[in-house]
Parts: sequence; structure tokens; C-alpha cells
Amino acid sequence: MFTVSRSSLTGWGRTNPSVADVADVLAGELPSVLKEAGPRGVLVRGLGRSYGDAAQNGGGLVLRLLGSATDAVLDRDAGTVRVGAGASLDELLRILVPRGFFVPVTPGTRFVTIGGAIASDIHGKNHHVEGSFGNHVVRLSLQRADGSVAELSRHDDPELFWATIGGMGLTGIVVDATLRLLPIQSSRMAVDTHRITDLEALFATMAEGDEHHRYSVAWIDLNAKGRQLGRSVLSRGDHARADQLPASVAVHPLAYGPKQLVAVPPIVPRPGVLNHASIAAFNEFWFRKAPRQRLGELQTISSFFHPLDMVGSWPRFYGRPGLVQYQFVVPFGQEGTMRRVVERISASGAASFLAVLKRFGAGNDAPLSFPQPGWTLALDMPGGTTGLGELLHGLDTLVLDAGGRNYFAKDAHTVPETIRRGYPRLAEWQAVRRRADPLGMWQSDLGRRLRLADD
Amino acid sequence: MDNAFGQPQTILLLGGTSDIGLAIVRALLSPVTRTVVLACRDRGRGEQVAVSLRDAGVQVDVVHFDGADTETHETVLSEVIATHGDIDVAILAFGQLGEGEATGRDVAAAVHLAHVNFTGAVSASVATANQLRRQGHGALVVLSSVAGERVRKANFVYGATKAGLDGFAQGLGDSLVGSGAKVLVVRPGFVHSAMTRGLPAAPFATTPDKVAEIAVAGLRSGRRTVWAPGILRYVFMVLRHVPGPIWRRLPLG
Ligand SMILES: Cc1cc2nc3c(=O)[nH]c(=O)nc-3n(C[C@H](O)[C@H](O)[C@H](O)COP(=O)(O)OP(=O)(O)OC[C@H]3O[C@@H](n4cnc5c(N)ncnc54)[C@H](O)[C@@H]3O)c2cc1C
Ligand SMILES: NC(=O)c1ccc[n+]([C@@H]2O[C@H](COP(=O)([O-])OP(=O)(O)OC[C@H]3O[C@@H](n4cnc5c(N)ncnc54)[C@H](OP(=O)(O)O)[C@@H]3O)[C@@H](O)[C@H]2O)c1
Repeated sequence: MFTVSRSSLTGWGRTNPSVADVADVLAGELPSVLKEAGPRGVLVRGLGRSYGDAAQNGGGLVLRLLGSATDAVLDRDAGTVRVGAGASLDELLRILVPRGFFVPVTPGTRFVTIGGAIASDIHGKNHHVEGSFGNHVVRLSLQRADGSVAELSRHDDPELFWATIGGMGLTGIVVDATLRLLPIQSSRMAVDTHRITDLEALFATMAEGDEHHRYSVAWIDLNAKGRQLGRSVLSRGDHARADQLPASVAVHPLAYGPKQLVAVPPIVPRPGVLNHASIAAFNEFWFRKAPRQRLGELQTISSFFHPLDMVGSWPRFYGRPGLVQYQFVVPFGQEGTMRRVVERISASGAASFLAVLKRFGAGNDAPLSFPQPGWTLALDMPGGTTGLGELLHGLDTLVLDAGGRNYFAKDAHTVPETIRRGYPRLAEWQAVRRRADPLGMWQSDLGRRLRLADD
Repeated sequence: MDNAFGQPQTILLLGGTSDIGLAIVRALLSPVTRTVVLACRDRGRGEQVAVSLRDAGVQVDVVHFDGADTETHETVLSEVIATHGDIDVAILAFGQLGEGEATGRDVAAAVHLAHVNFTGAVSASVATANQLRRQGHGALVVLSSVAGERVRKANFVYGATKAGLDGFAQGLGDSLVGSGAKVLVVRPGFVHSAMTRGLPAAPFATTPDKVAEIAVAGLRSGRRTVWAPGILRYVFMVLRHVPGPIWRRLPLG
């Protein structure tokens, strides 16, 4: 039997909280649990790594799926794994890597669930060649509002399959999924690092060389101005082949054991220790620390993909106002817009601790999937920065005028109109959702704030 | 739902023509504001003040609401929610000043003032709080007054209603801890508004915009009580302890 506790929930940015009835449940219990749903509906929550209010349902029921990756079924011949949606990429990687497989897509943290990865159709550093998470989902089972469980794939109810990918938990609860994996020979990454002096050079270098690497991302110092505007560190890599490993590593080529080094204690003096001065100093340090150029360096999976995971609960550094993450994409050819956005942020003096630029490849069939061919920029800013709401609203306009859009998994500030312009297939998604959930059981704070369900 | 910057989408003003209430609404307006609901006893006056808000680009809904008509409060609230969805910020701003000491000698007038300012405010607050609790988020801003901090003879019925309302609102805020909803009690001093028009200003007199600025800063920083202007908090620390014979003679307007 499940127990419900009333709890205050926020996203990873710790900004806009709401209180809901929260319960941990097993997949098998879902049909009976759903009968308890009240007028505020039900939402499933993963590990709460979306930054805004996507995994909240104020006044309603919020379910967390129990189950771990130890039940995962690996099919070595097919190169697939079937895994419960409540399992995390962290757990899954610990099982897969020693067996010579890697997840098809990983975000900048491994503490996300399979369900959350599907619901946000997450992307990684390999989007330019391999697309987003949904591209690699072979099938999934979906707990529906009427108590039944549907098997979905590109052939079985493809509309609901694609509406669920990127559907932010608003089409039902993904119970389990089968993912296509990537075979690897080692648990090391061979990484090339380049220091790049400005934005134009960065666009040019990425446009030209990215296709030679499976993984590519650039870190931009948004505090730099003038001639240094857009100075950055480009990091590109591939899984190291067995023959690239030094003897000491080659003994256990697939050894994998990521660790968390420290955690930030719950009490940080308000308004937090990350402010303009400390952030600018960090960015300066990061840029200078990078070599002008370094090729073929071997790094671990965690230091290449998940550096932030080494510090647990790091948003606490931002203190009470929390942090706001802003991520958008603009199509290729809109480099000028990207430049204007970078200029505006840099001129506003709003400090950004980490800004990441990446090239997206082709999008997929999911109507609410975020990636589309073009440039995406993601940045963190202290929520307490004055005028930040107005700054981001202005940036939204630039982005939309350029044919771009915002990312739901990061959003905590925008308005329904922005989504309607950025996601022209919203109405199509709404129609599928209405068919799957005519009574509107699946609800979230994000869904209400951005009026995703109704028009 | 407020966004990450504490910018509300939907604002409800109970006492939709109140100068202070409207100033708070204006201070809350941002690009994310969708709807302002003005709940007024006189819809015609409400439509007049709606014009300037609509010019600012927000959708305004004027609904009929009489603070004295307590039986209707829950219905008004549920209709607002059915039409506009969750309320992010509700401002309880309706109230009357009465006729000073004369109200204290007129049974009907005294009861009426107590009914509107206290009973009506309690009724509308409970109806609003119930909705905020159901949503799991949202804030109720209650306009109390320093007049309730230590009641003085010049407007003792009014002061007493504010003393009662202030205590009630504090307790309501406490009872909402853990529900996601919160209450902000605002204690202004003398404010130049329709209510005080023609009256001599008291020391530390302020404006509706100044009160609004303080109230919004209080909301964003999670305060539970604010004074406007802030210095009154310290003034009343002293005034509260002034001996009765002196208190009665103080020229406080
Ligand atoms: C440090 C950091 C780095 C990140 N880097 C990236 C990145 O590089 N690329 C990227 O794309 N994202 C990135 N993210 C965002 C993150 O990948 C997504 O927000 C992801 O959805 C979080 O997964 P979660 O399990 O924590 O889900 P939650 O945040 O708990 O929930 C997110 C959404 O998924 C839904 N959901 C969860 N489980 C299920 C389920 N079983 N069935 C249906 N719906 C479900 C929820 O209802 C909610 O709408 C990053 C986040 C952090 C904190
Ligand atoms: N002004 C000050 O010095 C001062 C100081 C401290 C506290 N306050 C408090 O702040 C609040 C707002 O006052 P204000 O200065 O903004 O004055 P105001 O402009 O006169 O506002 C008072 C509002 O209350 C409304 N109202 C009165 N009786 C009502 C009823 N029965 N039902 C519905 N609405 C009713 C009035 O509506 P109509 O337009 O229809 O009359 C008016 O909109 C009041 O609670 C007041 O007590 C004021």
C-alpha cells in the first residue's frame, strides 16, 4: 500500500515551489492509486532535475515510481536494454558500462530517470550526429488515465508514442522502455580541447569540425565583453578504443565507479555565495585553466559528461532566490541572433556561471521535442538578479523572431504565447493528449502556467 | 503559478477600486501577467479603473463583490477560479474608515463598519485561503493598518476592526504554513488615498505606490509582515508602551 505525504516541491533551480501529496509507488499499484486522483490531477516525478516547475503539481498528487535498474534486461545481441522508467541513468550506467555498453544519450547529469529523459526528450553532446533520447527508444509502456497500460512504438499507436516523447508527463506515466544502446570498448573518453577567442571563431570551428566527433560542446564565458565577447573552451570527444588506452588502464578497460566528492550543506548564507564577483572570477579561472589546444586527452565518463555531479545539491550555492536556467535554440543562419543574445546578457551584467553552446542536428517526430537543427545555448543565472525577468522576456522575443524556441525542462519564466509561437505543433499534440486523457487527469504546474493542455 | 521571479499570472483584487490595492496590482504587473480580476461593489467604477490596466496590455475582468455580503463570497471565488484558473496573488483591500468618534456613538454605523472591515474581511480571506490551499501555492496580501497596532479614540471602531483583522490574518498565515499558500500582512500608516481625502496628514504619511513597493518586496522575499513606511515598526514599538494618559493626548491626527 502506498503512503501519501504532503510536501513542498521545487525544480532543480529551487525557485517557484508548490505543495502536493507525494507518494512512492510501484508500477503495479498505479491503476489503484489513480482512482484516488482528485480535481488537481496526477503527475509523475523523476529525480526533479528539470529546473522549473515541470515535475510539480500543486494541490494534486505527485507520484514517484519505485524500481531500480537492477531489474533491467540487457539484450547483448540486439544491443538494447529494457528498463523501468523510475530507474536513473546513474544506476543504468553502472550496469551497462562494465558490460561494454553506453546509454544512447546522456545529459549533463546522470541523476535523471529514464521516464524524465523520455518526457523531456533530452539531448546530449552527441545531438548533432545521433539526435535526442526519443530517437533511441524502441518501445515503451504507458500507464494511461483509464487504468490500462498501452504498448507504444513507432508502429503501435505512433501518435501517442511521439506525443509521450517530449510530452512532459502529460500523456501518462511511462512505466518501462526499451532503449537502443551504444557498444563501447572502454570507459574512457578521448577528448580534444581548444581555447577559442571569440564567437565568430567558435561558430566556424564547430560548424566545420563537429561532424568528426560523436560529442561536442563549447563552454562560453558570458561575462567577457567587447573583443573577447564569446570567448570559449570547445571540448570534443569520442569513446576511446581499446588500442588508445595506456597499459595501466587497459587492464580494466571498462572499469566504472563515479563518485560524488562533496555535497553542499543545506545552510548557505543568504542570498547565496554565487554572485556577480564570484561567478566572474570562476569564469576567468576556467578559461585560463584550459589549454590553448590539447588533443586526445583521456578522461573518465563522469569528468567528460557529468562534471557537476561531483558536487551534490550545488544549486544551494545560489541561496534563497535560487537559480534560473535559460535554454533556447535558433536555426542555422541565425548566428546573428545568437550573437545579439550573448551581447545582451553580457551587457546586462547578469552573471552566468555556466553557459553552454551546442550544435543540434536533425529533430525527430515528437511534436513537443525541443531540439531542431541549429544552435542551442543554455545558461544558469542567479534568480535574485534584478531585471532578469524582463531580460529573459526580451530574449524570448529575439529567439522567437528568429524561428527558435525555449526548452520546457529548463523553463521557469516564460508565458503561454511564447510556447505557441515556438512549438507550432502544439495543437496537434493537444489533440492526441485529449484522446488519451479526455478527463484531464495528468496535470502539472508547468502545464497550467503555460496552458499546455487547453486552447 | 508565479514564475521563477515571483511574477504572478493571475491577480485578484478584493476591493477592486482601492487606491492602495490598485497600486499593488500595478507594481506586480510584468510581461507574464495574464489576468487581473477586480472584485468591486460598484462595477461601473471598476470598469473605469480597468481602462488604464487594459491600456497596459492586461486582460481585466470586473466582477461584482460586496464585502458585506458574506454569503456570496465563496461563490464569487469559485466563479473567478472557474473562469481564470489558479489565483497567484489575492489582495484584500476593501475597507471603510467610518466617521471617526461619531461612528463609536452610532450603533448601526459601528456594527456596519465592524461587519465590513472585520467580518467581511474574515469571510473573504477564508474563502480565498481555502482556494490557495487547494492549489498548493499562492499568496494573500491583507491590508491591515497601524491603526490596529494601538487603537486610538479618534477612530477607535476602525482601529479595532484592523486590530482584529491583523490578528486574524497572522493566525491564518500560521495555519497555512506547509500548505504552499502564504499570507502577507501589510501595515500602512497614513496613506494619501480616496479613503483619507480631505483629512490632515499624520506623521510619516506615504503614498499608495510606496506601500505597493514595500508590499511587493515583502512578497518576493517571503516576509510575513511589512510596515509602510518601514520606520513605523519602530515608532509603534515605542507608542505601544506610552502610558494611557499621554497616549490620549498625543496629536496623531
Ligand atoms: C546539471 C544538469 C544538467 C542537465 N543537462 C541537460 C542536458 O545536457 N540536456 C538535456 O536535455 N537536459 C539536461 N538537463 C535537464 C534534465 O535532463 C531533464 O530535466 C530531465 O527531464 C530530468 O529528469 P528527471 O528524472 O529528474 O525528471 P523530473 O525533473 O523529475 O521530471 C521532468 C519531467 O518528466 C516527467 N516524467 C518523469 N518521469 C516520468 C515517467 N516515468 N513518465 C512520464 N513522464 C515522466 C515529469 O512529469 C516532468 O514533466 C540537465 C539538468 C541538470 C540538473
Ligand atoms: N489610506 C490609508 O491611510 C490607509 C492606511 C492603512 C490601511 N488602509 C487600508 O487599506 C485598504 C485600502 O484602502 P485605500 O487607502 O486604498 O482606500 P480606498 O481607495 O478608499 O479603498 C477602499 C476600497 O474598499 C472598497 N469598499 C468599501 N466597502 C466595501 C464593501 N462593502 N464591499 C466591497 N468593497 C468595499 C471601496 O470601494 P468603493 O470604491 O466602491 O468605495 C474601495 O475600493 C483599506 O482596508 C484601508 O483600511 C488605508
